[in-house]
Amino acid sequence: MTVTEKILARAAGRESVAPGDLIMARVSLAMANDVTAPMAVDSFRQIGVPKVWDKDRVALVPSHFVPSKDIASASLMQRMRAFAREQDITYFFEIGRAGIEHILLPEEGLVAPGDVVIGADSHSCTYGAVGCFSTGVGSTDLAGVLATGEIWLRVPETLRIVYSGKPGKWVVGKDMILKVISEISDDGALYMAMEHTGDTIATLSMESRLTLTNMAIEAGAKSGIVPADEVTVDYVRSRQQAHGRERPFPVDASDDDAVFARTLAIDVAALEPMVSQPSLPSRAVPVSEVEGQEVDQVFIGSCTNARMEDLRTAAAILDGRKVHPSIRLIVIPATQDLYQQALREGLIQVFADAGAAISAGACGPCLGGYMGVLGPGERCLSTSNRNYRGRMGHRDADVWLANPAVAATTAVTGRITHPENLGALV
Amino acid sequence: MSTIQGKVHRMGANIDTDVIIPARYLTTTDPKELAKHCMEDLDPLWVQRVNPGDIIVAEDNFGSGSSREHAPVAIKGAGIACVVASTFARIFYRNSINVGLPIVECREIVEVTKEGDQLEVDLVSGTVTNLTQGITAQAVPFPEFMRSIIEAGGLVPYLRAKLGVDAA
Repeated sequence: MTVTEKILARAAGRESVAPGDLIMARVSLAMANDVTAPMAVDSFRQIGVPKVWDKDRVALVPSHFVPSKDIASASLMQRMRAFAREQDITYFFEIGRAGIEHILLPEEGLVAPGDVVIGADSHSCTYGAVGCFSTGVGSTDLAGVLATGEIWLRVPETLRIVYSGKPGKWVVGKDMILKVISEISDDGALYMAMEHTGDTIATLSMESRLTLTNMAIEAGAKSGIVPADEVTVDYVRSRQQAHGRERPFPVDASDDDAVFARTLAIDVAALEPMVSQPSLPSRAVPVSEVEGQEVDQVFIGSCTNARMEDLRTAAAILDGRKVHPSIRLIVIPATQDLYQQALREGLIQVFADAGAAISAGACGPCLGGYMGVLGPGERCLSTSNRNYRGRMGHRDADVWLANPAVAATTAVTGRITHPENLGALV
Repeated sequence: MSTIQGKVHRMGANIDTDVIIPARYLTTTDPKELAKHCMEDLDPLWVQRVNPGDIIVAEDNFGSGSSREHAPVAIKGAGIACVVASTFARIFYRNSINVGLPIVECREIVEVTKEGDQLEVDLVSGTVTNLTQGITAQAVPFPEFMRSIIEAGGLVPYLRAKLGVDAA
């Protein structure tokens, strides 16, 4: 069996499962945010169960329109907050102690290898980086989990990606996943589990792994997973200990005779930083092919790239430099913890000195929510995960996707630039 | 009603949830309000051309992107009776079943169907007929488990029955 099949078999109380099987899986953790929770609460009420199945296995994270941008979003937050209090939800994170859900939950030690995590947000596939099965659903499916602690799932086929070689100086997880999506297209992994393996993985930081699994959905995948190894176990244990949440967890790997629907090999050593052109993630090309494209805004943030590694990389490039006069740079550390760590390390000072706008951890600009919405004809280079038409604002705005080093360099030069060429162009 | 007959609104591949209902409208959960802005970034006048009972016919990966259930709610609210596509993104597929928006996978019909054609979808037999072109094809059948959710009228009534809420 594949690692995903093993986890799902355990959650279904079965010896084995195979792709295509329909199973009822016990859920380890259910998550919703301020956009999806209110609708899930409505469906939960309609189901008619008075209490959630386990108040210690529900996480509610305000992350999209917070701090509330208007009366409508404040009302959404109120509905979510009231439900959290009524149900005495253990993991309700209030504004100022919260942030972007997909970065917060691993940081809080709430997801571990072998778990089955169901999130009412499509990027819930991110948690697979710690070796669990994790997938996104809508509000009504989430309500079903709140009521019963279970969800029906179709066991996915697995697309295995084998990465080999040492990444170059400017190449990170973001470039690896953009390369994959450019090869298989926006629905190349539809309904599948995307398993990331190969020699490169062992050397990859948790930050880069979380970016790899974050964008599984951009290829249509049901889930992304990096089978747990020493890096995973050390990370998860340290996060659990930091929050007093130690618990045992299994460490699974795919069997040697596991059946994969397809295997894709990626030579990471030959990889350049990648940039997705408007308006599909699959339109990713090496940065050298789009160098010189002028942009109006650069955004460093989102559940894809707003972790310490991302912030440190961006700050190293911006240190002692200024944001180009024609550019607006927005930097959003994903969580309150990351904001504080960036503060302690002096990164916030670097961003502020460079002329960046810095904000509290939230998803705002990525989905055209607020704090960085684009006007007609405007162009943005973003470290987020989607560049669909109208995603970040006006339907005639253009969005490019890239890693934080390319983003920071572009903020300095005013046009899409390979970090290697920063010195030559400034 | 097991048979749906309506005029086709033709769309391409990768119609994503940001286009179906842009995030700027996600501060409400009201179906009527969401319906007003359905497909706005694809074509601001699209909603005005939709008559109740019309059908969307689209290519691969319809509903890709976000988990927002607001997307099938907006389509249903706009008056669309059924979506026929070559393939659907998986979260959208689940959400549509859960909110009671009929969806059908039928590549053969998608390939021959044009804007304005008359389509007939038989949800029981799973046949899709392009009445304008005189072509009938069989849709990909729903998994049995999903059929029981559809027959119950969606996930909420399905779970109410399963948990014995209505009997209590």
